[in-house]
Amino acid sequence: MAEMEILRLENVRKVYSSGDIEFEALRGVSLSVGEGEYVSVVGPSGSGKSTLMNILGCLDVATEGRYEIAGEDVSQMAEAELADVRGRRIGFVFQQFNLLPSMSAWRNVELPLSYAGVGPAERKRRAVAALESVGLGDKIDNRPGQLSGGQQQRAAIARALVTEPMLLLADEPTGNLDSVSAREILDLFDQVHSSGRTIVLITHDWDVASRTGRSIEVRDGMILERSRLTESAKAAKPAAPDELTELDEPQMAQVGES
Amino acid sequence: MSWGETIRTGLSAIRSHAMRSVLTIVGILIGIAAVILTVGLGLGTQKDVSESISSLGSNLLIVRPGSVTSSAGIRGGFGSSTSLTMDDAAALGSVTAAPDIAGVAPEASTSVSLENGDTNWTTTVTGTTTSWPQVRSRTLAQGEFFSEADAEAGASVIVLGSETAVELFGTPWAVGRSLTIDTATYEVVGVLAEQGSSDDTNLDDLAVVPMTTYSAQVSTSTTGTSVQTLYIQATAQHTLSAAYQEAETLLLNLHGITDPSAADFSISSQDALVATATAVYRTLTVLLVGIAAIALLVGGIGVMNIMLVSVTERTREIGLRKALGAKPYAIRRQFLVEATTLGLVGGVLGVGLGVTLAVFLPNVLGSSIVVSWPAVFGALAVAIGIGVVFGVYPATRAAKLAPVDALRAE
Repeated sequence: MAEMEILRLENVRKVYSSGDIEFEALRGVSLSVGEGEYVSVVGPSGSGKSTLMNILGCLDVATEGRYEIAGEDVSQMAEAELADVRGRRIGFVFQQFNLLPSMSAWRNVELPLSYAGVGPAERKRRAVAALESVGLGDKIDNRPGQLSGGQQQRAAIARALVTEPMLLLADEPTGNLDSVSAREILDLFDQVHSSGRTIVLITHDWDVASRTGRSIEVRDGMILERSRLTESAKAAKPAAPDELTELDEPQMAQVGES
Repeated sequence: MSWGETIRTGLSAIRSHAMRSVLTIVGILIGIAAVILTVGLGLGTQKDVSESISSLGSNLLIVRPGSVTSSAGIRGGFGSSTSLTMDDAAALGSVTAAPDIAGVAPEASTSVSLENGDTNWTTTVTGTTTSWPQVRSRTLAQGEFFSEADAEAGASVIVLGSETAVELFGTPWAVGRSLTIDTATYEVVGVLAEQGSSDDTNLDDLAVVPMTTYSAQVSTSTTGTSVQTLYIQATAQHTLSAAYQEAETLLLNLHGITDPSAADFSISSQDALVATATAVYRTLTVLLVGIAAIALLVGGIGVMNIMLVSVTERTREIGLRKALGAKPYAIRRQFLVEATTLGLVGGVLGVGLGVTLAVFLPNVLGSSIVVSWPAVFGALAVAIGIGVVFGVYPATRAAKLAPVDALRAE
């Protein structure tokens, strides 16, 4: 990869144990994501893609293996340090939006800034600017309940971007939206990507995955990588979902250590 | 994240969960008000009991004649002899001989019928001296007690208990009216203030006349100067035993008895009453502590439940805040601020409510409520303590969870 490497997983395993039963959700995953890439992680439910997303986002820690963000090994970090990494490096977009229902849109958006130690005036300025950039400049005082699903997800994206993170991590961002709102959100991701932000998007939907530059398929805790659209083609014109129903024969390739 | 910022976050979280915050505050408030009121009611009862015991007359020694043994060898009960006299009473009243005795009231009484025209009423008529009201802790509602002059002259004057006055005259305002005993006419000079009942004695149904009058006109007994009971008032609670010694020595001397075990009188004090009162206090104290403990326990469990539920409900929020970069200490501090604020607000309102009710309820209930400040601060400390422990403990646990587990919570 020509660009600077942002994420690097080496032989990551994740084992969940409950009593005597052990379940290996990830069985030795190696993966690399470069700066400015738009990558999708695709797989059916139970494939381990959510586990992968949680580890990528430092929301969970791997049982084994090494994980580096921008060259920094985070696999051995304590919870307080991980919180710092999440706050500085990563912006999250969740399927359930996860906005706090009792706070106005701009209060929700400024939340990560308050944990990053930014002053109140600066926080409000940046939160409002982020909401304007996602087209919610006139809804800054609305509570999540007063926003449509698509608008809530826009607010969530504004919250993810307000700290200027190096990575935007989205977990089924269109899973709870109707097709029109879903398309708007994906258009917004394209826009974010074209401004140079690295995006990793987790989905079970190949139509959504097809809009990204690279898709990584996860099955049974292992990954199969396929690269379908070139970065330039992706940036030039996002393909309409129906054009992407025909897929190339996936080139199964285990990425990473050989 | 600074403390100022944390406090702002905590307060806005309280505002944004208005309903739950109000419920938590109400829970704490009721717990604390309940503790203040139950303890206050108990202390008030203790005060009422102690007051009614002291109203029976304090620092009192009671001297009764000893028993007599008839020539046939039949021993009578205590009080059956006629060994006490008015001379004994006068001697005991001497300040030089008995400096610790404040007053002596000899009493002789019998049951007679008082008549006012067609109305008659049988009551106890007591002959005594002018020191009786002081020694027996009685006051007059109306009129005056008979005077020294009346006592010396053996005047036909009478002082009535309030109930006796009502029975005879249909009104307690009986001063100036007259009544007859046998054929003698008496003028009512005073009516005693109400006292209530003591044991089986109605303290408001009686009539009092000078001892001289009693001996000459009322008593049917031939032994004119004999006294049935001598009430001796000590100058103070702590001189009671000195007064006891003086009375015993004097009476033994006067009666020419050298062996105290052969005394022809007996002196009793209110020790028994005081002992009973002490036992009552002890029981009340145990009751109070028990009630307060139960009230605190119930209040504490209420606070604990609300805090546990409200924090558990917010596990997802904790997960989200962590995903957005909140460190565990920031989560702990936020919940500490929330729990402390709720505890303080609920506690202060609870103290306000409890004290207000303690001031106004006695008018309705008719029994006193005494605000106990140790109970107030104890209840406050326990409520806030429980709130903080059970608010911060689950939050600390949630803050330690990996964000993914917290986010997954429903």
